[in-house]
Amino acid sequence: MTVLALEAVPRLKPGVRRRFDAARGQHILLAPERVLVLDDIANAVLEKLDGATNIEALCAALAKQYETELETVRADVVELLSGLHDKGMITA
Amino acid sequence: MTIHPPPMALLAELTHRCPLQCPYCSNPLELLKANAERDTEFWKAVMDEAAALGVLQIHFSGGEPTLRRDLPELVAHAAKVGLYTNLITSAVLLDEAKLRALAEAGLDHVQVSIQGADAESADRIAAYEGAHAKKLEVARLVPQLGMALTLNAVVHRQNLDRLDEIINLALDLGAGRLEVAHVQYHGWALANRAALIPDEATLARADAIVAERREALRGQLVIDYVLPDLHADLPKTCMGGWGSRFINIAPDGRVLPCHAADSIPGMSFERAGERELGEIWDASDAFQRFRGTEWMQEPCRSCDQREVDFGGCRCQALALVGDATATDPVCHRSPQHERIRAAALAEAAAPPPEFKYRRP
Repeated sequence: MTVLALEAVPRLKPGVRRRFDAARGQHILLAPERVLVLDDIANAVLEKLDGATNIEALCAALAKQYETELETVRADVVELLSGLHDKGMITA
Repeated sequence: MTIHPPPMALLAELTHRCPLQCPYCSNPLELLKANAERDTEFWKAVMDEAAALGVLQIHFSGGEPTLRRDLPELVAHAAKVGLYTNLITSAVLLDEAKLRALAEAGLDHVQVSIQGADAESADRIAAYEGAHAKKLEVARLVPQLGMALTLNAVVHRQNLDRLDEIINLALDLGAGRLEVAHVQYHGWALANRAALIPDEATLARADAIVAERREALRGQLVIDYVLPDLHADLPKTCMGGWGSRFINIAPDGRVLPCHAADSIPGMSFERAGERELGEIWDASDAFQRFRGTEWMQEPCRSCDQREVDFGGCRCQALALVGDATATDPVCHRSPQHERIRAAALAEAAAPPPEFKYRRP
């Protein structure tokens, strides 16, 4: 499994879209032949992908926003984004 | 709101017309003519209803959907109502201008079929000269225009020995996803089974190639591998379960649980526009017929896998056993399993006969 570096700048691949699924009351990620249900944390992370911010800066912003330890946020965010990278949903 | 969990995806079969003549064509044996096709307004109304129900993805399919001149308008409407749009195409009728119009209309994903790794053999399978070269030319443009590209390779004994090259081709074209799909032997493909079905050794080599390259290409290329039923011991969860995830609308507007469902005798299908789509999904005879587990007979009825694979594929049970309510004979618990498997393997061991093309 890939482990993305903190300097990497992640963004959704072309043809991958995040939206709210009103019928089921959940955030989702849509990709070729895939629908991924996002929990609130995953959604908050992906909301911040702008193709310019690196993972470290992203984590710092999230840690501040949710008043959480930076170390914990880093571990969770790297794991989430690395998993999505291996699923072919983001580039970094 | 629907009573049953709403469908995730809509397969919109805009037309049955197609310029190719593949011997494993998955369209029904009885093809609908152009004059049976529904108009732009019909499909727009269907998309409005589908999105409101909770459908998330629409697959524009056929036949060859790019034969429809209103395709960009349909894609634009799907995007407007929030559907993730996927075009399933042979690509032989597309060019840069047409593809650009579709991208501008909001198309998310294009799935281009190929018939093999090289032009000579691929064009022979499609019975269309120049098809392969045209497909590659169009496929290459898809990621360049900002859309996701899937390359879809239907594999069988006459192209499986070049699977590595097919994977290389997907990489070269910039595809993010490759679907390696073994032929499913019902419909037209059943008539060509002896010409298409691989032997065990060929299949084992292919399985190993997929496993190895999938690992090596993790994060770069998603490889989805659709296994060949007749070599298996457990059936597929066909359509993710009948009336569970997919809703299929035929070119004439009939609403089907799967695109092959009208091969089952005695089924009747309601038309979109004549009744609300949600009601058809929830309550129509066609969707209720094989939904859940109530319809099952033994050995399915008491099987611990019954809510995992839902008895496999109804159309395959019909085609191979003659009873749509029977256990899919791919299952090792089917009393017909050994007989059907032995017949298929005997065909694989003999030299392949000539193709029976879709339109000889």
